[in-house]
Amino acid sequence: MIDVRDLAVTYPGTAHRALAGITLSARRGEVTAVVGPNGSGKSTLVRALLGRVPVQAGSISIDAKPLAEWKPLERARRLAVIPQREESAFSLTVREYVGLSRYVHRSSWMGERPEDRTAVQAALQAAGVAELADRRTDAVSGGEWQRARIARALAQATDALVLDEPTTFLDIAHEMAVFELLHDLALGGKAILLVSHQLNLVARFAHRMVLLHEGHVIASGSVGDVMQAAVLERVYAWPVVITRDPAVGAPTLVPLRSGRVRSPGK
Amino acid sequence: MQRYIWPTLIAALAALAVAGLMFGSVPVSLASVWRALVEGDASTDGVIVRLIRAPRVVLAILVGAGLAMSGTALQGVLRNALADPYLLGVSGGAAVGAVLAVALGVLAPPLIALAGFAGAIGAVAAVLAVARLARAAADVRVLVLAGLLVGAFANALVMVTLVTAPADAVRGALWWMMGSLGSASWRDVWWTAPLILPAAGLLIHWGRQIDVLALGDDAAASLGVNADRAARRIFLAASLLAAATVVAAGLVGFVGLIVPNLVRRPAGGRHRPTLAAAGLAGATLLLIADLVARTIRAPLEIPLGAVTALMGVPFFFARMRSPT
Repeated sequence: MIDVRDLAVTYPGTAHRALAGITLSARRGEVTAVVGPNGSGKSTLVRALLGRVPVQAGSISIDAKPLAEWKPLERARRLAVIPQREESAFSLTVREYVGLSRYVHRSSWMGERPEDRTAVQAALQAAGVAELADRRTDAVSGGEWQRARIARALAQATDALVLDEPTTFLDIAHEMAVFELLHDLALGGKAILLVSHQLNLVARFAHRMVLLHEGHVIASGSVGDVMQAAVLERVYAWPVVITRDPAVGAPTLVPLRSGRVRSPGK
Repeated sequence: MQRYIWPTLIAALAALAVAGLMFGSVPVSLASVWRALVEGDASTDGVIVRLIRAPRVVLAILVGAGLAMSGTALQGVLRNALADPYLLGVSGGAAVGAVLAVALGVLAPPLIALAGFAGAIGAVAAVLAVARLARAAADVRVLVLAGLLVGAFANALVMVTLVTAPADAVRGALWWMMGSLGSASWRDVWWTAPLILPAAGLLIHWGRQIDVLALGDDAAASLGVNADRAARRIFLAASLLAAATVVAAGLVGFVGLIVPNLVRRPAGGRHRPTLAAAGLAGATLLLIADLVARTIRAPLEIPLGAVTALMGVPFFFARMRSPT
């Protein structure tokens, strides 16, 4: 439902292209993961989906309609985005914070309807923050805050969900819970576009992967297509081996010590 | 706390409004206030209450509510609890506009208000331009610093203007700079209310957008709010509010800074209730400040701006130690 074609972005005042013509898509029913080193253009892609970077060439469309032709509120009913960083300047209860995303479904003076309350409660539960609902956003931990943000995006009730590194600050249990949640949401019919540094978890949960490097798509396709040692070693400029996850058999990346460079695949 | 906030705020405002009618250089009994307002009696007390104190109280309510709501909106849009129309140079710009108009011989209050508004918008434009020059339009520290610079520049402009101005204009200008409700009349109320009430209503109307903007520009965009356009609109309405208060009462600092911080937590944190609570609390605070200004050295009046600064500066320091 999200289609990006030959997208090129250059920030004003800089010479190099943050995105140099990338093509990818995120389909309903799938988790599409975008990976790549720092500065590879992942967050620029996310901001482009919000219409917040100058697009030089190429196109983005949502449900086959160009992004620019969507009214912002209508777009927000299809596509929820959790940006990488967000400080809440003023504290609210977690429930109120999550409820802010119902803004896109209500007119300015419409009160809270039963369906709004239901959506907020369901989102709180899905993201595992229901018991924090009455805590204030300045009194929750970093991990709880990340999950509250996911709950906010869920309460927006969109078909597409874009998350920029949603598991930063989360411990193993909460990180796994987020990946399982995203997987379930995809199976439930949503299109999930996930930007993440967690290659091994992505390899277990994503249906398709896109590897970005310096604004280019280096590899894309199935997890097996992208989790190739030769490619990842070049992109991340670090020696790695790809092995199999002993528990579930998914491709798993193991970074080596830099002194012991081995050529991969031998 | 949240349960009692509305009755408390309304009761405090009502009590202070009555106190504002009773106390001053000449105390008037509650019974006389009643007779003056309800029966319209023609005694001295009646005239004092109806023609001097009542417009003063109404103007204090409008100005206090306007400043506090302007501060609430600016803090929300800039995502910083230390923003206010005074610190951002909006008020300084309004003062320049008003003083220039007075110095040029303009006497009609609506025209002075218009000049004040033009000055406030000029100051906002200058602050945003300075911040853009610093390539940090979104950085609140840069905005506040730019506001201080524009405010200092505005102050200098006022002083240069006053050097060649006639003595009357100098006195009038000093009055702007220090803030006062001493010459409040019904005429002031009639032209201030049509500026302040719609602007305040607009801010409340946009309250939910301010909630979303306070999340940050990217998050606002993901909720379908065009952050730049919405912020500009709210900035303009907040500036209009601040400008109208400056023309009505001169420079009254710190109300826009303190009040939002006092009411935000008890009101829950969302901007619609916070704006409404700030309006009530700001009106009450300004009634208190004005009562202090006219009674503490009666029959002399001390400047209103001085009273609010004496209350506001210690608050500011306390806030810096324990930010929200």
